[in-house]
Amino acid sequence: MATGTLSSRTVSAAAAAAPEGQMAGTERKWALRWAYFFLVIFAAFALMPPIYMLITGLKTSNEISAATSPWWVYHPTLMNFTDLITSPLFQTFFINSSIVAVTTVIITMLISVPAAFALSRMKFWGSGILATGVFLTYLIPETLLFIPLFKMFATFRDWTGIELINHWYVLLLLYPTLTVPFATWIMIGYFASIPKELDEAALIDGATWTQTLTKIFIPVALPGIIAATIFAFTVAWAQFLYPLAFTTSQDQLVLSVGIATTLIKADVFNWGMIMAGALLGAAPPLVIYAFLMDYYIAGLTAGATKG
Amino acid sequence: MSQIAIRDRSAFASAARPRLSLREFFQQRSTIAFFFTLPLILLIAVLVIYPAGYSIYLAMLSKKMDRFVGFSNFTFLFTRETFWMVVKQSCIFAITAVIFKALLGFIVAHLVHAIPAKGQRKWRGMLLVPWVIPPALSTLAWLWLFDPSYSAFNWVLALGGIGPIPWTGDAMWARLSVILVNIWIGAPFFMIMYLAALKSVPAELYEVAAIDGANWLQKLWYITLPMMRNIIAITTLFSLIVTFANFDIVRILTAGGPIDLTHMFATWAFKLGIEGGDIPLGASISLFMVPILTVAAIFILRDINKRGERI
Repeated sequence: MATGTLSSRTVSAAAAAAPEGQMAGTERKWALRWAYFFLVIFAAFALMPPIYMLITGLKTSNEISAATSPWWVYHPTLMNFTDLITSPLFQTFFINSSIVAVTTVIITMLISVPAAFALSRMKFWGSGILATGVFLTYLIPETLLFIPLFKMFATFRDWTGIELINHWYVLLLLYPTLTVPFATWIMIGYFASIPKELDEAALIDGATWTQTLTKIFIPVALPGIIAATIFAFTVAWAQFLYPLAFTTSQDQLVLSVGIATTLIKADVFNWGMIMAGALLGAAPPLVIYAFLMDYYIAGLTAGATKG
Repeated sequence: MSQIAIRDRSAFASAARPRLSLREFFQQRSTIAFFFTLPLILLIAVLVIYPAGYSIYLAMLSKKMDRFVGFSNFTFLFTRETFWMVVKQSCIFAITAVIFKALLGFIVAHLVHAIPAKGQRKWRGMLLVPWVIPPALSTLAWLWLFDPSYSAFNWVLALGGIGPIPWTGDAMWARLSVILVNIWIGAPFFMIMYLAALKSVPAELYEVAAIDGANWLQKLWYITLPMMRNIIAITTLFSLIVTFANFDIVRILTAGGPIDLTHMFATWAFKLGIEGGDIPLGASISLFMVPILTVAAIFILRDINKRGERI
């Protein structure tokens, strides 16, 4: 029996090591070619809009309105990009987006990490219900909450005189409602995969719960925390409905709304500049993704595969 | 075991001194757990649960929000033709888009899984790009691809002698365009989830099936699908919620037009509630999303619990 499982495992290991080895005939080779053929088509579909952004962004307005092929740049220029980077308005959008996204990440982690630790390690009355509640909160879309929140903040101003609407910092209250539930949820899953002996040993040695969390647990759980951080940043950077509903003055806008409203509302649709701006706005998440792809994918799949 | 040890220690401490000192109270496990979860509870209570309940109250006020009108906002909506169109549209949009995203994701996941392992990372990386770009910004690129006078798609079609297509100008085409963009953004998510599920199916199962002479369809039907069933269910239901409540794509691509024919719940609620200043009506529109969201959420929860039991 034992030798049987052993041999089947070695066979599978050999098959995995040499997927196109002797076992695979010409049929297998053709299947592989077809797979590549269709992958090229799907990849072209996936990458077409960002590539088209780049193509248009490199064009002058004259070339865009000319009758030449829209899929090729005859006179490439970086003018759209340099114009945007030196434009004070675009810089404001970028700074607003950066501050909001980074602060949201910090707030999210300060709330989520201790909560996920407590929910996965310190079983207490109602912890199971609370964990389920966190997940349910994650399923509530922002499109359901933006109107009551808008009215709530207006009432808050009437009571206290503190104006939140139409200031970028209102987003710091709104974004955590999107990031905290999911970040907590995926970290509960990740924390559960860490051996209990680790923090139990620390507790027996006399460490307090807070020390156990900060000195022992967080360093070990770092991959899960990084995945949640990336997720929080991406969500905060991409969010569109909340800034569109809650901020209107140009100097309070973040990138997603700034590009879509200020550049489009101009009398002439300056598509070269819109596409250049969209590409610059998409750059930070794309760069993070390029360097930390494995963490990104781990965070993405953790939501449903663990729990 | 150590949990018992800790409990013993605290039991011993409380037995030695009948009253808990303040310091001991703060060192108790349940107290610390409470403080660790307090910010989370506050956030959810104040900024999620309260506004969710508040929107029910708001939906029962008059436009100026000075008088309670009961269900008349809802009955008013029932008389509007646009409302029924939005209901139909949101359902068709969500179901069509989710089916295509799931199919496409399933096919692409199999393609990526079929190629040698060392090349998979690269392909997966490229195919996930649509999911990474902020939807509002990638939809702008689609808007430009669909542009009525300079559409890059129509330029290609014109080469084949096919007349210009009003991608966002005609209601039917605009609906198709919105679904297409949604598929483009969402399919990579399905792909990545299915790929993770495919990798967790033990290779031995396929080998045994191959020895028994199963063809690829039988392998798919009797091994792959049952093993992936849970992931497929969770991903589909989750995507159904997100797609049904979608805002960004419709808002940027058509803004609900032409003449309110492509609105979804979210965009219509935004138009009437925020832009039109009728907050109660906007709140009642978005509340109509609740039933379908609840049903999907119940099923997701059931699947996730089932998964937990099995492990």
